[in-house]
This record gives sequence, C-alpha cells and structure tokens, in this order.
Amino acid sequence: MSTYFGASMKRKEDPAMLRGDAAFIADMALPNMAHMAILRSTHAHARLRSVITSDAEKIPGVIKVITGADLTNKLMPLPCIWIPGGTASHFPSHPFGMPGAGSVLATEKVRYVGDPIAVVVAETPNQARAALRQIQVDYEPLPVVTLVEDAIKDGAPQLHSEVLNNLNAHCEYGNKEATDLALESAEVTVSLKNVNQRTINSPIEPRGAIGDYNKVTGDYVLYATSQSPHNHRLLLSLLVLGIPFNKLQIVAPTMGGSFGTKGYLYADMPLALFLSKEVGRPVKWVDDRRGLMSSTVHGRDQVHYGTLAGTKDGKITALRCTGYANLGAYPSTIGPGVATAMVGRSMTSVYDIPNAFCEIYAGFTNVAPLGAQRGSGRSEATYTTERLIDLYAKKIGMDPALVRKKNLIQKDQFPYANPLGWTYDSGDYENVLSRALEIGNYENRNELKAEALERGKLLGIGMSGFVAVSGVGPSPRMSKEGMLGGTWESAVVRVHPTGEITVVTGSKVHGQGHETTYAQVAAEVLGTPLERIEVLHSDTRRGTFGQGTYGSRSFSVGGAAVHLACMKVLAKTTKAVAHVFQVNEQDVTFKDGVFGVKNDPSKSKTLQEAALEIWYGWNLPQGMEPNLESTEFFDPPDFNYPFGAHVAVVEIDKDTCEIEVKRYIAVSDVGNACNPMIVDGQVHGGIAHGIGQVLFEEAVYDAQGALLTSDLTEYALPRATQLLNFELERTVTPTQHNSLGAKAAGEIGTLSPPPAIANAICDALSAFGVEHIDMPITPDKIWHLIR
Amino acid sequence: MNLSISINGSRFESDVEPHLLLVELIRDSAKLTGTKVGCDTGNCGSCVVLVDGVSVKSCSKLSLQVNGSSIVTIEGVAQDGKLSVLQEAFQEMHGLQCGFCTPGMVMSVMDLLNSNASPTETEIREALYGNVCRCTGYQNVVSAVQHAIQIINKSAING
Repeated sequence: MSTYFGASMKRKEDPAMLRGDAAFIADMALPNMAHMAILRSTHAHARLRSVITSDAEKIPGVIKVITGADLTNKLMPLPCIWIPGGTASHFPSHPFGMPGAGSVLATEKVRYVGDPIAVVVAETPNQARAALRQIQVDYEPLPVVTLVEDAIKDGAPQLHSEVLNNLNAHCEYGNKEATDLALESAEVTVSLKNVNQRTINSPIEPRGAIGDYNKVTGDYVLYATSQSPHNHRLLLSLLVLGIPFNKLQIVAPTMGGSFGTKGYLYADMPLALFLSKEVGRPVKWVDDRRGLMSSTVHGRDQVHYGTLAGTKDGKITALRCTGYANLGAYPSTIGPGVATAMVGRSMTSVYDIPNAFCEIYAGFTNVAPLGAQRGSGRSEATYTTERLIDLYAKKIGMDPALVRKKNLIQKDQFPYANPLGWTYDSGDYENVLSRALEIGNYENRNELKAEALERGKLLGIGMSGFVAVSGVGPSPRMSKEGMLGGTWESAVVRVHPTGEITVVTGSKVHGQGHETTYAQVAAEVLGTPLERIEVLHSDTRRGTFGQGTYGSRSFSVGGAAVHLACMKVLAKTTKAVAHVFQVNEQDVTFKDGVFGVKNDPSKSKTLQEAALEIWYGWNLPQGMEPNLESTEFFDPPDFNYPFGAHVAVVEIDKDTCEIEVKRYIAVSDVGNACNPMIVDGQVHGGIAHGIGQVLFEEAVYDAQGALLTSDLTEYALPRATQLLNFELERTVTPTQHNSLGAKAAGEIGTLSPPPAIANAICDALSAFGVEHIDMPITPDKIWHLIR
Repeated sequence: MNLSISINGSRFESDVEPHLLLVELIRDSAKLTGTKVGCDTGNCGSCVVLVDGVSVKSCSKLSLQVNGSSIVTIEGVAQDGKLSVLQEAFQEMHGLQCGFCTPGMVMSVMDLLNSNASPTETEIREALYGNVCRCTGYQNVVSAVQHAIQIINKSAING
C-alpha cells in the first residue's frame, strides 16, 4: 500500500516561489559584476564588410567591446550534436570534424535577423545597451530565402559554403516501394498539404547567463538558464572554449519555464565565460523579450504533403508523407534530429497501418534556428495523420470515430513495432478514445448541433488519438538515430548518519515538480517523510553527470534512476541489519522507516540507526563498504510511450465567425503516476500550448527575413479568458521499461489539441464544404472561406 | 529627484533619475527581486505590484509617478513568515509550476479580491487577462482563487 507514490502531495518548491524568494538568473548578483549586451544582425542575409567599435568604446561605463574577429583562435564554433542517422548530411564545419552550429559571433556573414555580431561589457546594463547603438556595421545585403522548398532548389541563395542547396539531410523512414504500391492500388486516397506553422516557445522568463572566471584557481563557473547543465558543460568546455572539463562548472538556477528553448547552446554562454576572464570580473547577461522571440530556437515549421489510402469500408492501407523542415539559419544543438526522426518515425501514431513511408527534407533558410518545442516532432506527425483520417472518413461517408476504432492498434498487439521504427511498449488505445467520446457526449452530436444552431452557433466535435515517443532514451538507439551524446540519467541517493536523505539528480527541474516527485519516490522506498528528503539538481559541482530535462525524460528516466538507487540503498541496509541481528535477510522486515525481524518484536532499528552504524563501519558484513549511499546510471532499455485521446467541442458564431472551445476532454495514460496533481498540471500546460498553436500563435517572417512577431503585442500567447477548464481523466497502463512502470507526462498535452480542434472546426463548417484551414485558425480565415 | 514611498510597510527614500521605472526601483534599488521582468511591452504581467491597493504593471510606471504612495510587492504578502490564505491556496491547488509569473498572478488576484469578494469564474479569468502563464494553462490558478475564496468565506462565517 503506497503512502507517497501516487499521492497528490503539495510541492516542496512552492513556498519559496510564492514568497518571491526563488532566485532566477535575473535575480542573481555577484560581487563586482559587469554587464553584457549583444549586438544582433538587422539583416537576414548579408556579408559583414566591417564592424567598427571605436565609438562604442568611448561610451561612459564601457569596459570592453569585441567582435567576431576578436574570437579567432579563442573560441570554436558552437556544435550541433544530432546528425540525422542513416543518411548523408551536410553541416557547416567545426574544427573537431563534427557539425558546426555557427560561430559564436558572426565573422564574414550574418544569416538571420538576430545573428550575434558584437558584444559590449559595461558597468550597467543600460550603458552596455547604449553602447550597442554606437557600433557601426557595414552590411552588404545578400538575397534572402525563408521557405525550405525554395531554399533547396537550384539557384537559391546559399547560406553555408559547406552545404550545397542548403540541404542538411534527406531522411527516409518506412518502406517506400510497398507504400507507393499500396497507394496505387488503393480504393480510396485522400491528400493534404498542411503547414505546421513556426511557433515560438515563449517561456515567461527570458534567458540569461553569468560567467565567473576565478583567476587564482583557473576555474570557470557559468550560471545559466540551461535544461542540461552537465551536457552543456561537456560541449562548452571541450568543443567551444577548449578548456579542461573539470575547470568548468555550470549552475542552472530556478528557471522560469523553457519547453525546449533553454536546452540549447547559445553564443552568450561561452561569451559570458570568455569575457569574464578578459575583464577580470563576473559578467552578466539577461535577454529581453524581443531577444527571446527573435533569437532563441523556434519550433515546429514543417510543410507536409500527406496521402492516406484505404478501403471503401474504412480500413487504412497506407500512409505517405513528404515533409519540408525549416532548420533556420544554423543547425541548433539538436535541431536536425528533432525535425526528422521525431516526426518521421511517429507518423502512424496509434494506428495499425501496414504500409507507411515518410521522407523529410531538412533545409537551412534565413530565419532563426529551429529546435525542439514541447511535443516536438510527435505533434507535427500527429496533426497530419489525424487530419488525413478525418478527410478519409468524410470521403467514404463514415463516422470518423468509427474509422479510428477500425484502425487502432489493439490491446493484444503490444509490444508493437510500427512500420517507421518505433516499438510501442504497452497501450490500450481503444479504451481512451471510447472514454473521451463518451465524456464528450459524442453520440448525441446531432442534438448538440441542432441546439447550438438555435443560438446562432455552428457546433463541431473533433477528436484525435496520440502516442508520444518519450523517455529519451536508450543511448545505443539514440546513437543510431545520430545523437552524439548519452541519453541515460543518473541519481545519487545518500542516507546521512542523522537519517535525512539527499537525492542528487542529473535532471533539471523547471516547473515539473521533480523536487517533490523524486522525493516521493525516495520516501516510498525508504519510509522517510518528505520534509527529511532533499533533492539537489542543476549544479554540476554536485553529484554525478546527468543529461538534463528534455524529450519527456525526467521522471521516467531520472525518476527511475532515483528508484533504482533507493532500492540499492534499501538492499544494502537490509543486508547490514540482517548481519547485526544475526538473521537471514529474508526475515528482515521494513515498514514506515523501521527495520524489524519476522516473529521477533524485540528486534527493531530505524533507518537512521542503521545508517549511523553503516557510517561507523564497526560491524559490517564481509565485503560491505561503510557509508550508506548508491549511485545509479539508468540507461532505459527503450523509450516509453504515453498515449491518449482528446475530444474538442467548438462553436463558431455564424455572423462573427468567432471560435469558442466549449469543452475540451483529454483522456491520458502515463502508466503509474507518482503525483496525479502534477501530472494533471503538465497536461493542462500541454493542452494550453497546443490550443495556442491551433488558434492563436504564429511566428511570421516577411520575405526579407524580418520577424514581424517579435514581442507579446504581436505574438498571441493564449490568455486566461481564451482558455477553459479542461476535463481530464487517466487510465493506467504501465511500461515494462523502468522499475516504476511510469511513462512520461511532460509533453503529452500538446499533441492532440491542434488536430482535435481543427477537426472540430471543419466538422462545424462541413455544410460549407470546408475541408482544411491552416493554423492558426482564426475568425478572419473562416469568414473568408464561408462567405 | 527625491522619491519617498513605502514598500511593504517600510519607508523607502532615494534620489532617483526621472527615467527610473518602478520595476527597476523595486528590483535594483530596493533589492526586492520577487517582482519579475518578462517582456518589454507591458504585456506579460510578471511585474504586477499593488500601488495604494490597486494592481499596477510596474514596468510601465516611472518611480516618480508613485511618489508618496504605498507599494506592496510579493515579499510583503506573507505576514510574520506565514503564507497568506491565497498563497497557501496556490500551493494546495498546484496553481504554479515554474513560479516566474506567480508573484504577478498573486498580486493581480489580491487586487481582484479587494474589490470583488466572490467573483465568478469568468470574472476571475478576466482579472487575470493581464497575466500571461505558459505553464499552467490557467486552470489551477483559477481553482486556487476559488479555493481561497471558499476558505476566506468559511472563516468569515465562522467569525
């Protein structure tokens, strides 16, 4: 009977945040700190004829000004560590012979509006920014290309000399011949061009970095908004700064959301370190909203040409997709892999489709670099497939719910190897879809529509299933996919002689509550209340190496590592206690933090007493070392696959075409949930993110590569008045791939809102013959279509 | 120019430049960093504080504009180290995740409850229009407010 695991316990993180005491990067100050400002390109594509800094250097308070030329032989380019696997690929260069992701500061060329050109260090942030305006840049404009389909054609402007036709890679997944054959002989086919528009993650906290070089010890410390402190430590020390690994420490303070954005290497990170050494003082940089919108990695941005084939009776026989992925001006740290494998292998989603083929052309254009955004890859794939299914259902005149049920992977088919390369661990897709439809009152849709019409509203109901490859990931498999790095996770669990427990994790908490959930895991195994358990993270000076938080990997990989380490600690203590009590290990009991012996109530020892004895080391079993602690590196045997089904009920006003989401139902399955309240919170946030994309958000560039949506007056993040209370339910289908049976929860909310709502809107407008509207779907677009 | 205000009940006096924003005064001069800066255009609401009991976006006010006023920031909400009913409700209902927008949210809600002791869900959402959150989807923020109101009403009834 669980006390802690599975309980919706209040978060340990909250009081400090609620008091305003939690220290985010912008709140940090080091003694004698100077401030950095970055000059960014105002051209999307240009040669840099000259960058003159002499006037800037004269501004009062300015300490130093540098350009790309000052970094030659001092800093290497940023690296990209995900090369799409199994295919030829082309990247800008890096001295280590691996993919380069662009120089820290531009030297001969700038390639997107926002590309860093120069840096000012001054006494105050305002002085640094004032000096930026005095830097004279002579640009020689070059032709601009912003769409991938244009960029990879002959004659398009070339961004990188090493990358012919701006084509990073052409990736193929599945069986092309069999799929094309199935399409040719199909009874019914439907096709769709759909644009999964570029979006901007927009966490509320901008990025920041503080570099602190100690000239006595030669140690560098970087405080930065980083989702992967340990990983960034390796990449920065080895591949950018060229310093010994152990001379760089990274501390990621409390972080205000990220959703993928802060998982990447950016120029400011090595710059803050380099400049701290140059000026002999800590150097701080905090981005502003405009900087965040224009020069942190953007998300999505794929154009899909999809075709689905099936029988007249609703059995899908083939799925084919050709996609164009816009990587932006430079490959981001892991952008190329996210835009290819995460999409290509996810296309068949929860459906048992015998023939499938997906190819993705990933290309460079003069816009901001692309990265993972919450739900990355899986969201783009789910959207295309779910829209195609609705079009198919319409064409054959069948209820879209029935079409889905006819094609879902069945309960007894797991583990299920999809034709594109993922093997789903466990699932019951029929159950979640039926439940979502039931809650959504789907069977009475005709009555609901009639009633809405009387009020002047067009009502539509749409649905979407989803399955999300998560828990990144088994290192050997990720390596085959082209990831240059490990994707295991680490945990140290230490029981102190006084009975408190310290857990050190490689995960990077940034809102998901790991300080609480990991403590819950430890509390459950070691029978110790949460108040006596601390979870340390985000500081490479502590504990072991880790890989950070991204790809929905924290609880199901990091939390699983914590579990394994706790089990080892329990096993060691049990053995030591058995030795002291002179009984067999099998006769030792452990309940509520106290060891006992079966049938002998006289023998009792608390965990704290046992820990103290193990620390003393006076009477340990043969071969046992003193100290009660365990370090575990967990490399999951495979990904885990949370799944679910969403149903959206929307109403469109007949006159104004305003769209209202009346009900939003989400049935999810994350296996065994540690803290249901936190899981629900993750789903809420994911759904809000997905609704943002389908109804409100778009990163818009004009033909000259200027970002037109660079602040929150132009980029429409959903507000409280534009969202509603989501109706959530969960089923529990554990995974066999970790000892907790837990699947990921962080991104699952984002996959289905775009298709569920798009399907609902098309359903509402079906009388007008509306087949498809590209996102964001706005009243304006609807008005033009139906008038 | 001379500025004299009270922040969280304590007098604060300083000689300030005319262009100094209220949020800069609070964060840099008074060293109260609970109030955040999240955008450049007065949209996100992370900087909301109470000025004479009314919610104000401190990024959009010059310090001298509030000369003589009484400011309350997030640091002034807990009393004697104890979280307020509203703050506790946020924790109880999981109304915060990364915590960055939270100070602004709490201050905006305090303004709402000062003028409307039993807002409807719609009124709560409207009051939060100026506070952008990217983590919670707002649902649990709304529940936190509703939970706080329940507790406040219960203790009012019980005297």
